[in-house]
Amino acid sequence: MGWAIALHGGAGDIPRSMPPERREPREAALRHCLQIGVDAIKAGRSPLDVVELVVRELEDNPHFNAGRGSVLTSNGTVEMEACVMVGDTKKCGAVSGLTTVKNAVSLARLVMEKTPHIYLGFDGAEQFAREQGVETLDSSHFITPENVERLKQAKEANKVQIDYTQPIQRVEEEEESASLPNGDSQIGTVGCVAVDSSGNLAAATSTGGLVNKMAGRIGDTPIIGAGTYANSLCAISATGKGEAIIRATVGRDVAALMEYKGLSLEKAAAYVVGECAPIGTVGLVAVSANGQVTMPFNTNGMFRACATEDGYTHVGIWQD
Amino acid sequence: MGGWAIAVHGGAGVDPNLPNQRQEQAKQLLTRCLNLGISALRSSHSAIDVVELVRELETDPLFNSGRGSALTAEGTVEMEASIMDGCGRRCGAVSGVTTVKNPISLARLVMDKSPHSYLAFSGAEEFAKQQGVEMVDNDYFITEDNVGMLKLAKEANSILFDYRIPTLGMESSCSAAVENPLQMNGLPISIYAPETVGCVVVDSQGRCAAATSTGGLMNKMAGRIGDSPMIGAGTYAGELCGVSCTGEGEAIIRGTLARDVAAVMEYMGLGLQEAVDYVIKKRLDHGFAGMIAVSSKGEVAYGFNSIGMFRACATEDGFMEVAIWE
Repeated sequence: MGWAIALHGGAGDIPRSMPPERREPREAALRHCLQIGVDAIKAGRSPLDVVELVVRELEDNPHFNAGRGSVLTSNGTVEMEACVMVGDTKKCGAVSGLTTVKNAVSLARLVMEKTPHIYLGFDGAEQFAREQGVETLDSSHFITPENVERLKQAKEANKVQIDYTQPIQRVEEEEESASLPNGDSQIGTVGCVAVDSSGNLAAATSTGGLVNKMAGRIGDTPIIGAGTYANSLCAISATGKGEAIIRATVGRDVAALMEYKGLSLEKAAAYVVGECAPIGTVGLVAVSANGQVTMPFNTNGMFRACATEDGYTHVGIWQD
Repeated sequence: MGGWAIAVHGGAGVDPNLPNQRQEQAKQLLTRCLNLGISALRSSHSAIDVVELVRELETDPLFNSGRGSALTAEGTVEMEASIMDGCGRRCGAVSGVTTVKNPISLARLVMDKSPHSYLAFSGAEEFAKQQGVEMVDNDYFITEDNVGMLKLAKEANSILFDYRIPTLGMESSCSAAVENPLQMNGLPISIYAPETVGCVVVDSQGRCAAATSTGGLMNKMAGRIGDSPMIGAGTYAGELCGVSCTGEGEAIIRGTLARDVAAVMEYMGLGLQEAVDYVIKKRLDHGFAGMIAVSSKGEVAYGFNSIGMFRACATEDGFMEVAIWE
């Protein structure tokens, strides 16, 4: 038993050759967010509060594909989505198609707490945001020069890009890396899961989606049981290729394996990541009610960090 | 064992006082759709093609999908649907559709013709235009009946799932239901029957597919998305089974109902009916819902904890049933 927290900044084909000026700010951000989360848990904040504030921090950071720094749709706009879920009640909230809301994860929480619904999208979600008085900004706030360039390259390559952390490769190189059958891949999502020392669990995920995605495209992040899930056994936040995560119902399956087959958190997560989705498509962070944590991925890398009450911490990008 | 099987539904949670004429109309529509599916299966069409017969249920104004959809708080229609092919678990979903005559077919196009698996609102409409699907004005979907229902819902100032369903333990009367709404998510909500429609099929090759379509909740907030387009919640199909759910959307989502049927079959080795019963009994905390399901072995099953579910099912060995009540 004991508390535990884990967070991610996206799984995908993250090249080890990533130059220090790109790697260091991201590592620093992971450490910073982990610290914020740990301090909050130690201060007795609920897991829901903890995952929300960590994901808000990741959204505000332009180096990750969520909130500011979100990748762009084919129209050059941002459409952000997020989801939160609380383990003991399985209450949840989700939003999609946000264009001006500074922190999508917080709006998802408001959907859960202030409406009779679970999921609001697009204009309806933006309208709700205004009614709730959440912070909204002109969409230009979310758009970074890096992502404008990325979109330009994607259009030139005339495809949807899987991995936003590196420039578009030439076609020949593309075939070597994780290939992109239907283009419905999602990387650079951010997420956080937490459990307190009483075993209460929560999960939150947030994203800008896919570079050059069609306007209106929804990925796995706001789909309960796919990119985000929590029940009384565990909490999961997934990242990677949206289509693969949806069809493998990744979040729900980790919990289902624990529940129906009695697997441990680590084994359940390893099974889902290893056997239920193709190589190069998924990574996740998960914690269990008894304070365990696991962060498996079948991609090249996953920006991640975790800490447990007994003092263990880890920040990483590639397989150790 | 083996052989094809098919089931269609028109929603879980039915007014016990529903006039006989309406009950007959519902059964006739379900029978007609079932028979369409049966002929297609006898002509060896694949499961994924057959489930698209949900189009027929959308086009008919009787149930809450396509024409005849429930109305948003603003008096408009926002439809959603999803479809899943057990072979490879490919899927397609749409939400916030306002001018596309058959949302289920648009969901199929998302699956087959786009690089994504879920499109919504103006992006979905844009895709529909590009694909040249049949489009109509939003008015086409709005029926007088539903305009009346919306007014009632607003008067009750609650989300109206189905004003005609009495709350548990009370006399069946409209006013009782409206004056004494149940609580859900801490806010007043009546027991309801959203009359989502769906279809599940296993073909003679043992391939399963599922499809679900709806207009959603009466008086819902604009932009509200429910369980019907959510893979794993309202719709799921895999190697072992195909499932389509209906009922309280929020409870179905929290319970990841459709996926759980398949998960208990896969991970606990339960048979189809056992799995359906298990999920209805154990996965619906404080919620009312129903589902239809087929297995790769040619079985069909259904379950619901609501009062009634409009349904029809048939298997290759000649079994056929069209029913509303327990």
